[in-house]
Amino acid sequence: MIEVRNLVKYYGTHMAVDHLNFTIKKGQIYGFLGPNGAGKSTTMNIMTGYLGATQGQVFINGHDILSEPYKAKKDIGYLPEQPPLYMDMTVLEYLKFVAALKLIDKSIKSAQLDQVISLVRLGPVKNRLIKNLSKGYRQRVGLAGALIGFPEIIILDEPTVGLDPQQIIEIRQLIRGLAKDHTVILSSHILSEVREVCDHIMIIYQGKLVASDTPENLEQKMQGNETIELLVKGSPEQTGSVIRQLPSILSSQIEDSGEAGCTKALLTVKEQNDIREDIFWTFCKNELPLLRLANTRTTLEDIFLELTSSESSRNNDSTKEDPTDESNL
Amino acid sequence: MRAIYKRELDSYFHSMIGYVFIAFFLAFTGVYFMAYNLNYGYPIFSYVLSSLVFILLIAIPVLTMKSFSEDRKSRTDQLLLTAPVSLGQIVMGKYLAMVTVYLIPSLVFCLYPLVIKMQGNAYLLTDYCGILMFFLMGCVFISIGMFLSSLTESQIIAAISSFGVLLVLYLWDGILGFLPSSALLNLIILLVLLSLVSVLVWHITGNLVIAGVLELFFLAAGIIVYAVDSSLYENLLPDVLGKLDLTAPLTDVVAGSLLDTGSIILYLSVIGLFIFLTMQSIQKRRWS
Repeated sequence: MIEVRNLVKYYGTHMAVDHLNFTIKKGQIYGFLGPNGAGKSTTMNIMTGYLGATQGQVFINGHDILSEPYKAKKDIGYLPEQPPLYMDMTVLEYLKFVAALKLIDKSIKSAQLDQVISLVRLGPVKNRLIKNLSKGYRQRVGLAGALIGFPEIIILDEPTVGLDPQQIIEIRQLIRGLAKDHTVILSSHILSEVREVCDHIMIIYQGKLVASDTPENLEQKMQGNETIELLVKGSPEQTGSVIRQLPSILSSQIEDSGEAGCTKALLTVKEQNDIREDIFWTFCKNELPLLRLANTRTTLEDIFLELTSSESSRNNDSTKEDPTDESNL
Repeated sequence: MRAIYKRELDSYFHSMIGYVFIAFFLAFTGVYFMAYNLNYGYPIFSYVLSSLVFILLIAIPVLTMKSFSEDRKSRTDQLLLTAPVSLGQIVMGKYLAMVTVYLIPSLVFCLYPLVIKMQGNAYLLTDYCGILMFFLMGCVFISIGMFLSSLTESQIIAAISSFGVLLVLYLWDGILGFLPSSALLNLIILLVLLSLVSVLVWHITGNLVIAGVLELFFLAAGIIVYAVDSSLYENLLPDVLGKLDLTAPLTDVVAGSLLDTGSIILYLSVIGLFIFLTMQSIQKRRWS
């Protein structure tokens, strides 16, 4: 579907994209995740042919975006970070213009415009000037523009920024619906959004691809040991003695819970060793009531923080090494 | 290309710019027409046109300033450049839309010689040739304004720089009067200009050897030609640059009833050059 090979982009001396390689398969929703300025928008701009890469190639359905731009761009619908809208046009005029620009056949044009307008729910505002619309509606007009022609690949750069919660949910549902017949790539710096919508996550940091997998796999990979959190009605000493009776506990930590007569405990357990039942029965035998029993899983937030912080510490190391390298030269 | 052409043309008449441009032009034409042709009874309309060139200097930048800078500012260039249309089509669509707006007052001009004809003697062929040359000159100015608009995000900068460049073209003849006529000074100025070309080549290619060889070649060729026949350099620059005087063809029509096909070719080449430069400036931004 889409193949990105060894993509590099410099802005002056600043390296925005650093040797990116990935392949995107049909019929899935891909999420580009990364902090602000990680190179997500630049990568998307190169993939859609808006910017030229310093090095590397992008193939859309086997067509190089540079040497066969016409064939490659035909299969892409793109919504940039700031929707490219002409403020002096009405919504309908704008969408007609986009349809003409994408060379949509006249015979299916009006049917398709109606379809897109109802899909993005622009019906009530279709005859209003774009400059008079709110941010949320402008975003939808931009999305409608990207959908016209129903291209195989739809690329959305931060599609939910600036929308209210109701609109965000609507747009997410829309994206989910589109994934049945299209490949969708979206970017975001909001984890919950990517987790909820995407089948495949690519974490980009400082222009590099630091992780690429399904959300479940990413979480599993990073999981290591599981942590179980307990809230016990009893003194710390009683709780400690019961915990010592439990099998396969790697370490335990007892804290003050803040509630009168209760103790909080954090247990670290070996991976894939569900001992929650054992914990329940052991505390039962000792007549200590369990008020809470929860296993805290590694979340995407943790993964994201770990990947991006380890990357930055690695980079700090390399900058420290640089002067010595130069002195060696 | 049709979609872009149609949208651009619509946008000139959605906003006031198109109407203001046409009204401004026709109002001044009316004033000059009344003064020269009706009041003084001079039977040639082209005379009015040669006075209107100055109005063109003000009106054309207003027309061209938003062509590319507005797109860049509102990021709508992302829509155009990621759509399945070529860059040439985008530039031509916009250029032809501006030419169409400019064509409207030019067509109205065609009525004035008929008004003169109704009053008595008229020189229709001269006048229609004059209108043709005036139209082509405006097309050249539009291509220059479009190029300058593609260089910046600010419409104001685009308009002012276009006005500056057009003013230099308007005063071209006078400026050339300051160039020296002696052979030696012409040689020196020529060598300085050619050295600038070498520096440009160095800057673009980054290859000092090519630029150096080119510079040596320019110096050697210039000096050898001077040694063989120094009279070749007399008045060289004023003569060569004088050929590029863009307002001269209209003056020829007005003053001498002379229509030179060479000047039409000059106009078309300059238009082609600036359309090409506009495309290059957009390409450059995509790659830098």
